[in-house]
Amino acid sequence: MNKLKILSKSIWVFHFASAACNNCDIEILDVLTPRFDVERFGVKLVGSIKHADAMLVSGMMNRKGAEFLKDLYDQAPKPLAVIAFGSCASSMGMFKVSYNRVIPVDEIIPVTAYIPGCPPRPEAIIDGIVKVVKKLRGEI
Amino acid sequence: MKTIFYFLVFPGFLFALIVGMVASYIERKVTARVQWRVGPPILQPWYDLLKLFTKESVVPENAHLLTFLATPVLFMVSATLVAMYAGMAFFFPDAAFQGDLIVIVYLLTIPPICLILAGAASANPLASLGASREIKLVLSYELVFWMTIAVIWVKTGGELSLVNIMNKPPVMYSYSGGIASVLALFVMQAKLGRVPFDIAEAETEIMAGAYIEYSGPLLGFFKMGQYILLATLPFFISSIFWGGVNVFKYVALLVIVILVENTNPRLKVKQCLKLFWFILFPLSLVALILAVVGL
Ligand code: SF4
Repeated sequence: MNKLKILSKSIWVFHFASAACNNCDIEILDVLTPRFDVERFGVKLVGSIKHADAMLVSGMMNRKGAEFLKDLYDQAPKPLAVIAFGSCASSMGMFKVSYNRVIPVDEIIPVTAYIPGCPPRPEAIIDGIVKVVKKLRGEI
Repeated sequence: MKTIFYFLVFPGFLFALIVGMVASYIERKVTARVQWRVGPPILQPWYDLLKLFTKESVVPENAHLLTFLATPVLFMVSATLVAMYAGMAFFFPDAAFQGDLIVIVYLLTIPPICLILAGAASANPLASLGASREIKLVLSYELVFWMTIAVIWVKTGGELSLVNIMNKPPVMYSYSGGIASVLALFVMQAKLGRVPFDIAEAETEIMAGAYIEYSGPLLGFFKMGQYILLATLPFFISSIFWGGVNVFKYVALLVIVILVENTNPRLKVKQCLKLFWFILFPLSLVALILAVVGL
């Protein structure tokens, strides 16, 4: 059986919040609530990057955050899917002209999927999960 | 040959693991239903385990290598041994031996010790915090646990063999046994590390405590050990207090664990120690005295 196929059935998510405005983080909690309940697909939030199969990056990457992000990515057991969450992380969002050099996530580490929105709606997040699952299974 | 079969297949590893996975599924499903969610599919524990074994393991640079690698395996093996002895007394009474109660009680202290060592060996501040909390947790519940075992011993007239204990009338139907069996539920909850006694794991405070640095197959061994313990402890408690095991008793105990888990907040370390030493321990003393008097 394909390794990544198994991975796609039990995705443990580590949430990296780098100076997000907190709306993104609240929306992440939304998808765990009864209305959306992503545990149906085996998705679970974990507190340690060592347990993670996917890293959810939200917020704007500033110079300090970028170092931590790189560190965490190196420490994580592979295979690891990285998801850029919200317009801040995917592009540069509304902080594009900020003084502390905001960088999009995909210039630091390889990104598997992008979830657009400011903040993304729970439906968009589930769509993002579906994208990651499909990509892991090699369907797209 | 027979022993290997007992250990690896029937009451031991394979059987306990499968029962544990089903129990874990029931746990997650009931939790989900309590929270008005749908919950995971039935094979979810299996997928989790399989996935962990396909991932790579990262060993921290400063960790003590041998301890770091050995403790997850020891954790699982000792849990399996408990499953084997508890299962043997029930399924193969001829193969069981005198004094297996004591052996099981001792074996049950090895998984927490492994966890403490693992936390201390992984060179992570949160992991050592988890280890220290686990020590305090063990210190709190172990005393009460031994007292409840002593009640069993007195009530059954000095029996130390699980088979003979199961053949006597259930200890639960007496004043002392009733108190002791309730106390044993507290101890079981603490031994399983479930809320309100999950101070050593505390996902939201210290990020899984001693497990924090473990990944891939090593974490998988811990997970297997946990599944096996989840399968075994209700089994064991039911066989010593409720006079044997059947599916109803087992599921009832499991559901008690799950419902307590879902309706309680996490205790502080101090509160946990206080609860066990100053409230439950005197109660267990009362139970022991009642048992000696013959009630
Ligand atoms: S994408 Fe929008 S909601 Fe999310 S952190 Fe950035 S500004 Fe906030």
